[in-house]
Amino acid sequence: MAPIVPRSGDAVFANVERVNAELFTLTYGAIVRQLLTDLEEVEEVNKQLDQMGYNIGIRLIDEFLAKSNVSRCVDFKETAEVIAKVGFKMFLGVSASVTNWDADGMSCSLILEDNPLVDFVELPDTCQGLYYCNVLSGVIRGALEMVSMKTEVTWVRDMLRGDDAYELKVKLLKQVSEEYPYKDDE
Amino acid sequence: MGGREVAESCVDNLIIEMVSAYCNRFYESKPDLAARRIEAIGYQVGLQLSERYTMERPRFTDHLEAIKFICKDFWSEVFKKQIDNLKTNHRGTFVLQDNRFRWLTRMSVDPTQTNTDSSLETTENKETQSASMHLYFPCGIIRGALTSLGIPCAVSADMSNLPACSFVVRIKV
Repeated sequence: MAPIVPRSGDAVFANVERVNAELFTLTYGAIVRQLLTDLEEVEEVNKQLDQMGYNIGIRLIDEFLAKSNVSRCVDFKETAEVIAKVGFKMFLGVSASVTNWDADGMSCSLILEDNPLVDFVELPDTCQGLYYCNVLSGVIRGALEMVSMKTEVTWVRDMLRGDDAYELKVKLLKQVSEEYPYKDDE
Repeated sequence: MGGREVAESCVDNLIIEMVSAYCNRFYESKPDLAARRIEAIGYQVGLQLSERYTMERPRFTDHLEAIKFICKDFWSEVFKKQIDNLKTNHRGTFVLQDNRFRWLTRMSVDPTQTNTDSSLETTENKETQSASMHLYFPCGIIRGALTSLGIPCAVSADMSNLPACSFVVRIKV
């Protein structure tokens, strides 16, 4: 049997069902806007966006694994590359770059220069403190938790706050080793 | 229109999660309020999409023309197909039927299964309820789109014929 070859982000994206990004961007914008009205506190909106992302992430991982043919990553470094090059590309149509590794390879930055979530978005002054794209950090955290990696995902740079890129810091807190009830050769 | 695309599952998952957040977290005991918020989010989306899609078009001369635009161009952009059947009573009510409404078929809601087990029945009711919650979003989209075309209206949905779904537009005079 031919081995299953992992597919490039471009190849996976070309094969999934796609829609106009406008619908996605405007829907997300309308949700953030409604949350700001209903929840009042910006902090609470950040929290809820993260929670929504987390819930999406724990579902999205299945689709990701099924469609990308990605096999087990050897370490966190490879995991980060796969998220940046295959994960982001497959869902959002853009890839991220990975930098700023710490010495022990436990934390890095994912950098997005192009981000479809924020097309047409401008934040009014009343939204200071809002992490508009917080759904993304939640998605990554949720998806990684499903493959036994507990992470902390935080924003370092945000173009809506005047920075020159979007930068997410992903820190591996704990890797829960999967225990199988049987051995491979049984 | 062309331009940027994202995976369709991004939109599906976002809507599923938004509906669930409003129904199960923010307004758990107040389904009416949850419904109104979900509709309001759809309204905002419809308003903005319609503004974008009609930017370079002449104004519609009558209601029917605007409704036809929703059935053809607008529906194609959002759902990648046209409305299958349009009916009107010629007194301001229009019924737009989509024989296979994408958002219901992709949300694995299947109330067509009939069973008599009472415990299953409650799950079924719950599913039907959650499906109807999902429909406030497209209803809002249609109302927003028509409002941006200068047509104030009320929109409701009928899904008694799954996977077909009908949207009833009542124009306010």
